[in-house]
Formats: sequence, structure tokens, C-alpha cells
Amino acid sequence: MLEIKGLKVKLEDEDKQILKGVDLKVEAGKVHAIMGPNGSGKSTLSYVLSGRDGYEVTDGEATLDGEDLLDMEPEERAAEGLFLAFQYPVEIPGVSNMTFLRTAVNAQRKARDEEELSATDFLKDIRAKAKTLKIDADMLKRPVNMGFSGGEKKRNEILQMAMLEPKMCILDETDSGLDVDAMKLVSEGVNALRDEGRGFLVITHYQRLLDHIKPDVVHIMADGRIVKTGGPELALEVENNGYADILAETA
Amino acid sequence: MSLLVQKQEATAALLDGVSVPAGASWITSIRDAAMARVVDNGLPHRRDEYWKYTRPDTLTAQDPVPAPVFDSGEAPMFDEIDRLKVVFVDGIFDADQSDALEGEGFTIECLSDVAQKDIHWAKDLYGQLEAKGQDPVERPLASLNTALAEDGIVIHVTGKVSRPVSFIYKHEDENSDAILHHVVKMEEGTSFTLLENGPAAARFNTVLEVDVPDNAEFHHVRAQGRDHDRRAATHMFARLGTESVFKCFTVTVNGVLTRNECVLELTGDDAVAHVAGACVGDGEFSHDDTVFITHDAVNCESRQVFKKVLRNGATGVFQGKILVKPDAQKTDGYQMSQSLLLDDDSQFLAKPELEIYADDVACSHGSTSGAIDEEGLFYLRARGVPKDIATDLMTLAFLAEAVEEIEDEALADCILTRLEGWLERRRG
Ligand SMILES: Nc1ncnc2c1ncn2[C@@H]1O[C@H](COP(=O)(O)OP(=O)(O)O)[C@@H](O)[C@H]1O
Ligand SMILES: [Mg+2]
Repeated sequence: MLEIKGLKVKLEDEDKQILKGVDLKVEAGKVHAIMGPNGSGKSTLSYVLSGRDGYEVTDGEATLDGEDLLDMEPEERAAEGLFLAFQYPVEIPGVSNMTFLRTAVNAQRKARDEEELSATDFLKDIRAKAKTLKIDADMLKRPVNMGFSGGEKKRNEILQMAMLEPKMCILDETDSGLDVDAMKLVSEGVNALRDEGRGFLVITHYQRLLDHIKPDVVHIMADGRIVKTGGPELALEVENNGYADILAETA
Repeated sequence: MSLLVQKQEATAALLDGVSVPAGASWITSIRDAAMARVVDNGLPHRRDEYWKYTRPDTLTAQDPVPAPVFDSGEAPMFDEIDRLKVVFVDGIFDADQSDALEGEGFTIECLSDVAQKDIHWAKDLYGQLEAKGQDPVERPLASLNTALAEDGIVIHVTGKVSRPVSFIYKHEDENSDAILHHVVKMEEGTSFTLLENGPAAARFNTVLEVDVPDNAEFHHVRAQGRDHDRRAATHMFARLGTESVFKCFTVTVNGVLTRNECVLELTGDDAVAHVAGACVGDGEFSHDDTVFITHDAVNCESRQVFKKVLRNGATGVFQGKILVKPDAQKTDGYQMSQSLLLDDDSQFLAKPELEIYADDVACSHGSTSGAIDEEGLFYLRARGVPKDIATDLMTLAFLAEAVEEIEDEALADCILTRLEGWLERRRG
């Protein structure tokens, strides 16, 4: 599904190398987790994959089902089925959540030469999905993320993911700032989407989320590289001992 | 030679041989007085304090710059609204295309008829608010209008009128030079809505004087025509009585030069005045909103909300002033003017002014100029919305904040739908 080979990335305006050769392969139907200290480059990886400005790929490649991602505009990547749940969801004044989602869903359908969703079908779909995430009608009407609490923003990300039905989902610290109940809602939302045809890359600091969303593979990222890869037990090790031991053994 | 003498000489030369239209004696004396104001003040000059950002020369020149007629191919604005239609073609009233000039709760007449009557109530209003509005900032193009206008509409509102009156300005002659002067006199406790739309002429000079007495409510929504080369200098003068309401909104898309002046005087306690505008300019486009609001009573509210979207070298100007007189305590004055610059070639020039002589007032103003929010744009694109559509979504959201100032939802919808369509058409 998602294949990253020797990816090196620096900041566009600064001579600062952030990713120093990342190799990663997420298969369809699998959940991979990435853990790692702050500043190790996890968000940068997710941004570079989704096409944000400000980064320069100096080496390596990233493909989604064989298609070169790095060559595409952000909207083309989305239409190909890539989705990033943002660590910091963006507020967009004046654009209602509903309009935003309908525009996004239909733009992706159009890009894939599929028929646009009718207003009624869209409404039915979004109401049902919003309900399971405890997102009320008022939140759907409000401008995108404006005045949403941290937890509401994260639930809104999952709603978008549920509506867009991407094939490769990247979740960047979707658990941070969530209380126990919200965490449950969010992970149920993610689990509902788990499917043979879908891959997940879950960036997190905490075992807590991984208790709900059971990963198949866990990677540790440090200083712009994947330094260790293992099974779910690796996350438990981090939970108990922190990163120090792992970093020491791989240094 | 001082600027004033220079202006007076240029104006005298320009007006040599020009005389005010024939009419009844009351209007002739008003027109003569207005002409005297023009000659005394001189027509606007680019070195005038309030003409620094907008070049007045094409507005004051002998002849208008020709403006090709533009066919948008779309239904006229406000088509879906039930209204009394009053049509002008190149600034001349067209009875055949207009509805019968009658309605419940008001009388409506043509200025050309009124001007021939020996006695008419309009003598107390025509040119009067305009004359008063010359102090402390001169508006010579408005005086010129009072002196020379032969056509326009004169309305007397005597009841609560729900069906709007709609002035439709058609432009058919690419050399037309139109001057229209409208007057609306309201009785206490009445209400009225006026709509205006269309390009009017190659060059258009308009004055609207509205007397809004105690407990009266006046609404105004205007869409200026989309002909690319049209030029317009518009002036609105209103006096507000106790607990009265005045709300106006203007949308402007295209037009090489637009100067919209709005001069309001709040003379009765608890009056409310809102002035709003949204404009979208692309390329050869210069749009100027010049507002002067005088608070001269207690506990009045005034609110200005202007939004401008500019690209490809378009220029936006905002000159907004709130003057609070010594006894106008508890004034609530709000002024916001924002521009969204879609490229580096475009510019927004803002001159917000507050002059406050009372101590117990709350006045605020904010003027901002910025590009589209890159974070928001990326967020939308990351969800699959193409860049141009994402930009339009955010642009429309920006403009909507001004459109929301329109109280009537159907009218606000008309404007928003059009703006959305125009942005979309531009995408091709
Ligand atoms: N746009 C940017 N400008 C400056 N520094 C950046 C930028 N993006 C990332 N960095 C730097 O790159 C490093 C990795 O950041 P990030 O990818 O956010 O790490 P993580 O998500 O693992 O905490 C940090 O040192 C961060 O300061
Ligand atoms: Mg991060």
C-alpha cells in the first residue's frame, strides 16, 4: 500500500535536514504505529507524504499503490486515497463544516470520475457517521474547527476520515488531548474503518491508544530515522521504560 | 498658485457655458446654489486630502471614457425578488420598461416631473442633505449632481412598505454620461427598502438623499454593474432621527473605477446606522469606499463592515471616519475594513479615522490586509479540494461576513449566490 524508501527531507528555507533516510512499508489491512521522542520528525513525515509546502525532498521516494506520491498536488494525493488526521486541525472561518465536507467528498469523487453524491445521500451519510462520533448538528453547521475543543477537533478529523473513506490513513497524535471517553469514541471510529483494503499509520506517544487500536507493527523514530521495528510489545517497552534504552541500544 | 485657485480655474473652464436645467423656481435656486458650491470648491483634484488614493480626473473630465457594454449572459440581480421596477437606460428614466409608478404606503415620482411643479415637498430635501454633507469634507461631485441632474426618483414614504422599490440601471450606449439624483423622504414610524443594480452608463454620478425620521427604518441593497470599463461616483446622504434604523450594503464586481461615498448624520438618540460593502476586483479595478458618520445624539450605534478581494493589480481604498460630537455620549462606533490580497500586485489603502469629543463612548476600528491563509488552504487541499476551489471557498467566506450585514435573508442569498457564481465562472 504505502511504501517509503530512503526518504530524506530538509526544510525548504533552512539548511536543516529533518528526515535522514526513512524506510517504511505499510501493507493493506495492517496497522503500523510510529512512536518516538518529540522533534524526531514524525509530523514532518506525515506532512511530506500529504504534500505540505515548506519541505524539500532531497532523496528517496514514497508511493501509494505504486503511484509516486511526491509528484502529486495535495488534492491529488487525497483523491488517490491518502488521508492525514492532523496533529493540529486547522480552523477555517466562514466555511461550514458541512459545506467543507460535501465539497471534499464530491471533489474526490470527481477526480476519480465517480458520480457526485446527491445532497440527500450526503446528508444521510454524514448524520449517521456524526452520530456515532457524538458530533451534533450544531458542530456540523459551525465553521470548520472554529471554537471546537481539542477533543471535538480530533473527533471531527475522524468524521472526515469516515466520510472520505481513504485507503491509507495517517493519524498524527490523534490521541493527544483526549479524555478517556473521547479516546474511546475516536478509536471506535478508527476500528470501524479497519478493513482488508485499508492501511493505517498511527503516530502516538502512548500505549493507551494502542490498547484500543491494536497495531500489527510498531516503529520507533528518532532523529529522522526509523531506528527500531517490532511487534506490539515494542510499544509496551516504551510505555514502561521510555525511549532511553532503545535509543542507547541503537546509537 | 494655490491648489484651491488652480481647482477653481480648472472648474470654471470646464463649466464654461454649462447652465442648470430649466425648472420651477424652487429647484432652480437649489441648483444655482449647488453650482456655486462647485465653482467655489472646485472639482476634486488628486492633491485633495480625500482623493489621494483614487484619481478623480476621469470623473471630472469633460467627456467620459467610453465603456463597452458588457453582456454577462446571466439573469439580472434581484430577479427572484418581488419588487417595483424602475428602469433607467443610460441614466434616462424609461417608462415603458418600468412598472407603473405607484405602490401602497408611498408615492413615487420622477424628478423631471417634480422639477416642473411650482410647489413640492421635495424643496425641503432635494440638495439639502447634500449641502449639509459638504462640511467638514467637500464632495463637489455631489454638488455638481444636485446642480445638473435632470432625472431621478422622488419618493415619499407614508407607511410600512414591505415590497422593495428597485432601480435598474441599464447601460446601452458606450459613451453615456449619466447623472441621477434620488430623494427619499420618510414619515415617522415608516419603513422602506430600496434596491439598486446595474452599470448605468459609461460614467455615472449619483446622489441619494434619505431622510429617516424618528422610528423609521430604511434598508438599501445595491449591486453595481459588472461592465469592466464603467466608472461611477456614488453619494449617499442620510439624516437619522430618534430610534431610527438605516442599513445599506453594496456589492461591486468589476468596474474600472468606483467611488462610493456615504455620509450619515445620527441626530436622534438611539439611532442605528450600518454601512457595509463587499467588492471583488481583478486587474484594472479601483474601488473606493469613503464613509463619514457623525454621531450627534446619545446612545447611537454605527457599524461599518467592508471586505475587498483584490487580484492582478486591483486597488482597494477605504476612508472611513467616525466623528463623535461632544454630547453624543454612549456612542457605539464600530468600523472594520479588510482586504484579501490574492497576489502581490494588488493593494489596499486604508485611512480609518476617529474624532471623538465625548468621553463616554466605545469606538473601535480595525483595518487588515492579508493573503489567503496558507494553513487553511493546505487543510482543504489535503481533503481533496482542488486549490482554486479551496481558494474560492475561503474567499467567499471572507466576503460573506459583509454580506451577512444584510438583514433580509432573501436579499443576502441573492448576493451570496451571485458572488459564488462569479467566483466559479472565473475559474472557468
Ligand atoms: N516548518 C518548520 N520550520 C522549522 N522547523 C521545523 C519545521 N518543521 C519541522 N521542524 C523541525 O523539525 C524537527 C521535527 O519536527 P516534527 O516533525 O514536528 O517532529 P515530531 O512530530 O516527531 O515531534 C523538529 O526539530 C522541528 O523543530
Ligand atoms: Mg508531531
